[in-house]
Amino acid sequence: MRRQGGNDMTTKTLKVSATGSAILPALFAVILGLGIVTLAGHVQASALHDAAHDVRHATGFPCH
Amino acid sequence: MFSRILTSALFAGAAAGLIAALLQFLFVQPVLLHAELYETGELVHFGAEAVSAQPDLPGMFADPMRDALTVVFAMLTYTGYAVVMVALMSVAEGMGHAITARAGLLWGLAGFITFHFAPGLSLAPEVPGVSYTDITARQIWWTATVAAAGIAMWLIAFGGNLMAYGAAALLLIAPHLIGAPEPESFAGPVPTELGALFAARAFGVGMAAWVLLGGFAGHFWQTEGKRANAHA
Repeated sequence: MRRQGGNDMTTKTLKVSATGSAILPALFAVILGLGIVTLAGHVQASALHDAAHDVRHATGFPCH
Repeated sequence: MFSRILTSALFAGAAAGLIAALLQFLFVQPVLLHAELYETGELVHFGAEAVSAQPDLPGMFADPMRDALTVVFAMLTYTGYAVVMVALMSVAEGMGHAITARAGLLWGLAGFITFHFAPGLSLAPEVPGVSYTDITARQIWWTATVAAAGIAMWLIAFGGNLMAYGAAALLLIAPHLIGAPEPESFAGPVPTELGALFAARAFGVGMAAWVLLGGFAGHFWQTEGKRANAHA
């Protein structure tokens, strides 16, 4: 896609700064997401296990 | 950026998780409840009398608390998947790849392969009552397989050269050559017909929910981006 010269410059600058600052939040989010998946799928505390039981079986987590 | 990731992932995960739960009630739960009758010994496979393959099940929503928890945990699980996926989408976008609802369908398929199909190829979705080995060993194998498959999916999507594809194939195959932890003997009381049906249904529902999750994630990633730009 081609845009007007001035616009092109701003988009580029915005994109570069967005990329530079984007790795850390993404990394943080990945860790948070994996934490949620571990909590819902793997933690064996019995209250959690019982509550999540049917979902764990249906989503293919090792359950018992 | 962080809040854009979280907001889009929450919307996508909640929607896909709700649909996953409904599909689970329709297709997976009846098989699961049926298998539990064998697990508890209420029905006996190869008993003295022939057992009907269509017994009276407790019925849908017979145990509202149990089903409510299933909805909550399906939404939680898919939100967890979504947070990971949207974070990686943001990285891909930073590399110049377009993230749309349409592209999201492929992301969802890749997520299904990573989190369901790759580990499930050797550790098939377990029907209640199957024989199994140590849970920790299986969880370690599951986690390593998911990690390897996730890297493989990224290499296939963005690697772009023969080396990357080769490495991806190796990462996908290796966990199964090494082998998943298996029990010493098979003594599950549940008929194989139910076990096979359960695994097939779990994969089918998982694939549907994941593809929707990817589509939703791509969609909300875009709308949240527009909203953020409008405020800026």
